[in-house]
Amino acid sequence: MPALPSRHRSLFLLAGVVLLQVLLLAVQIKTVESADGSRSRLIRVWSVSAVSPFERSGAWGIGRIRDAWRHYFALSDTARENESLRRENGQLKLDVMQLQGKSAEADRLAALLNFKQKQAKVPMVVARVIGSNADANSAVIFLDQGQREGIKKNMGVITPEGVVGKVIESYRDTSQVLLLTDRDSGVGAMIANSRVQSPVGGMGEPWLNMKYVGNDDEVKVGDRVVTSGMDRIFPKDLPVGVVSEVKPGNSFKQIRVRPSASLEKLEEVIVLLTTDPLSLKQDTPAVPVAGNAAAPASASRPSTQPIFGLTNPKPAEKHP
Amino acid sequence: MNDAFDLRIGESHIEVHKFLGGTILLSVIIAVIAQSFLPVYISKAGILDLPLLITIYFGLSRRNPSTGLLLGTFIGLLQDSLSKTPLGLFGIAKTIIGYLASSIGARLDTEHPLARFALTGAFFVVHQAIVVLVQKVLLAQTQPLFTMKLLVATIVNSVLAVFLYFLLDRLRKS
Repeated sequence: MPALPSRHRSLFLLAGVVLLQVLLLAVQIKTVESADGSRSRLIRVWSVSAVSPFERSGAWGIGRIRDAWRHYFALSDTARENESLRRENGQLKLDVMQLQGKSAEADRLAALLNFKQKQAKVPMVVARVIGSNADANSAVIFLDQGQREGIKKNMGVITPEGVVGKVIESYRDTSQVLLLTDRDSGVGAMIANSRVQSPVGGMGEPWLNMKYVGNDDEVKVGDRVVTSGMDRIFPKDLPVGVVSEVKPGNSFKQIRVRPSASLEKLEEVIVLLTTDPLSLKQDTPAVPVAGNAAAPASASRPSTQPIFGLTNPKPAEKHP
Repeated sequence: MNDAFDLRIGESHIEVHKFLGGTILLSVIIAVIAQSFLPVYISKAGILDLPLLITIYFGLSRRNPSTGLLLGTFIGLLQDSLSKTPLGLFGIAKTIIGYLASSIGARLDTEHPLARFALTGAFFVVHQAIVVLVQKVLLAQTQPLFTMKLLVATIVNSVLAVFLYFLLDRLRKS
């Protein structure tokens, strides 16, 4: 290494000595660094100021490299992660649906239990729907309760919303129920307000038909239809449905009734374990649906009138 | 170290002066102590800067920039240590002055009283400028660069330097 000229050596020495003393000053001096009055040594400020640009540059460079890696080279991990998240999302959706189903089931069972508790004097059993009709021309369901639970033929099947149908076959642990909507089904019914009586039967479609109401009888859309008890299967005043359409006919009105019970999505039902005549006592008076005459035929399912109380039959109500 | 020798720069022939043993060290100590104690008894003595005069003189006489700046560093730090200023304030100033004095002394004949007067005045102003600059940049202390007091001090120190340097010349090795 070539020796520096004497003049240059002294210059370097001057610079070094001055620099050392500047550093010595910086070590001693404190300067106001922040607005809150906290003080830092000048040497620290200088050090930070000298180093921070390199740190900032390094951090920027590393950040760019990392971003590039994440955005361009690590997409395989992203794809795997995305797939995993999709699977997890699907599983969560399934869980939510199951929970919603269980919640709805709990609500239904709670309603059934509440109904059963209120009708403690009436023998009944709650059964679960385990199957439905095998052909399109009939409307039947199968229950998971049968003769072992006391279920017999012609026993009434209801829900808290209304009449469902009647038991047409009873096996040891299973029973078959004919729904109200079946062509062969029928229930003794009447208009709740006018007390006009007429059987209500199925037509093989979601609607029921009220068959023998004279043209002179007053029936309006929205009128509630309840059981009359004349069939000796269902107690009196059980909700059957709501009049949804009224047309004049040759001898009788053509009346369509929307069932009160959700017959197309039954899951639990109540089987009345008696064929003795019963009468229904409601806690609240039967109130017609507002705007009956104006209610459209396609109106939503009628609000259900819960069955509040089954009482012993009156002596005068003797059914044929 | 105290032997005299000649320094040749280009075609010029400038003598490098040597002093009796302990002269430099003793002069520095006396100057620093006097600088500290004189203002206690003579308030006007505050305008004197004896350490600076010593730095200039030995810088001009030794004519070695490295030696001059190191001597200035030593004197400045010693002066700082005896004052309330942070270590390095006068150290930096006197380091630079020592370097400049040695460099100039190696090129000019600084034996004439008028030259000494002028050089001392110039170095005094430069020294003050360096101190003000360092105070402003590093200590965030604003000091006026030029005042009448500085002018008076410059003249007084320059006059004093002429006589002081004459006395110190007596301590040279012939």
